[in-house]
Amino acid sequence: MLEYRVEIALWAISGIIPFFMLNIWTNNNLNESLNISDLMLSRYFLCAFFVRQFSVVWVVFSFEEDSLMGKVSPYLIQPLNPFFRYFAQHLAEQITRFPFALIIAFFFFILNPESIWIPNLSILLLSIVSTFLSFLIQFLIQSIVACLCFWTEKASSIERLLFIPTLFLSGLLAPVVSFPAYVKSWIYLTPFPYLIDFPANLLSGNKTNISGGLSMQILWIFLLFPLFKKIWSEGTKKYTAMGS
Amino acid sequence: MNLRKYLKVYKKFLHTSLASELEYKANILVDLITAILSLVGSIFLLSIFFQNNGYIGGWKFEQALIIQAIYTILNGVTNTWFNPNLTEIVKHIREGTLDFVLLKPIDSQFFISLKKINPSGFLEIMLGFFLLLFCIRINQINLSLSFLSLSLITMGCSICILYSLWFFISTTTIWFVKTWNAIEVLRSFLYIGRFPLNSFSFSLRVFFSIFIPIAFITTIPSEVFLGLSQMWKILLEVIVASVFLITSRKFWLFALKFYSSASS
Repeated sequence: MLEYRVEIALWAISGIIPFFMLNIWTNNNLNESLNISDLMLSRYFLCAFFVRQFSVVWVVFSFEEDSLMGKVSPYLIQPLNPFFRYFAQHLAEQITRFPFALIIAFFFFILNPESIWIPNLSILLLSIVSTFLSFLIQFLIQSIVACLCFWTEKASSIERLLFIPTLFLSGLLAPVVSFPAYVKSWIYLTPFPYLIDFPANLLSGNKTNISGGLSMQILWIFLLFPLFKKIWSEGTKKYTAMGS
Repeated sequence: MNLRKYLKVYKKFLHTSLASELEYKANILVDLITAILSLVGSIFLLSIFFQNNGYIGGWKFEQALIIQAIYTILNGVTNTWFNPNLTEIVKHIREGTLDFVLLKPIDSQFFISLKKINPSGFLEIMLGFFLLLFCIRINQINLSLSFLSLSLITMGCSICILYSLWFFISTTTIWFVKTWNAIEVLRSFLYIGRFPLNSFSFSLRVFFSIFIPIAFITTIPSEVFLGLSQMWKILLEVIVASVFLITSRKFWLFALKFYSSASS
């Protein structure tokens, strides 16, 4: 992983959209009606950046390539589900990304010195757990989409479709509290706000329902995991080993 | 340059790539839904911004919609032409197949920039035009000849700048081999084009007009539509676009000197 330092640095930079959004929010005083101060909002978006950095998933793209190239066949013979391989890759890259994310955070604090804060240890631990759970949810969703490769070959376009609601509803561009009431009434039943909004609120110290959020995250994992199991076992029966 | 020859070659390009893309019809449908959802999503985001404010950066909601429309059209252009071709460049360089392109009796930049086409981008362009027509109605814009020609010029310039940016990054593949992530960075910066430039703070505004001229790409054409744009801004955009085009061309020729094939 360390071979590709520049790559990963660029990856980290490509995640800075939350900071642009923060700029729009504070520059136009959009937060006045929300009862969130500039300070809390800037912390929120910084945390959103962090959560996003450590919950990005791209398993569908790797799996699609491997399946089109016929690389999945040898993986299938091994006594380990190939998704563990991708899972380990993701974890390794998250660790390598950590220093770059810290550098970006450092620049952020230089530019906004008043937004420095130190979350207490239990909150920090809880938010690491919830970020990891968010990563797990996204990993499971994408693995389910990736399994569609067994049927359609080009599953990445379905992933791009699913990415749109993730982008707009997860809280990466605007905190979920700012959403209009007709969206807020149903959004907490979907997995989206638990991907970024909930861990970011938790870490930044904004008001949030800790036990409710964590239990919803775990609930979604328990719902998605059997689905993945099922689609995996159905898909491997369909598998026809392309390109080999 | 023999124009007729190039037109004939382009016709063949269109034919082959359409034929291969239409193999995946379901994919095109999924891409259309993605384009629609992404437009709905960004209008939703705009509506959040305008929930309690009448103006953002001096733009009303109806006016900001024009920017969305232009962004959608340009994004469609990117998805139709730039994205499929320029990701191909990366492949050519990594696998050493650029040799075959360079040997052909045709301009290499022409070949690699126009070889492929992705028809699902057309639908996005149409979607953008529909929204633009709708915006023209709700903003009560009077269509006149001078206005139409000005908007065409600015849109054309935006497309040139966009193309040069993409081509520039893809060209760097010759040195760095892998540039997927640089393209991701460009994508995330281009995202800014969805919002009026004035809604950002001064430093970001400077950054996005000098280093990466995203300001020129969507804001100036939208200002033309609203009749707000001064002549000097339009002239500036024409100059920036030509500078970018010429530099990207020069840069490509320069980079080719460093191309040392792969695995052969």
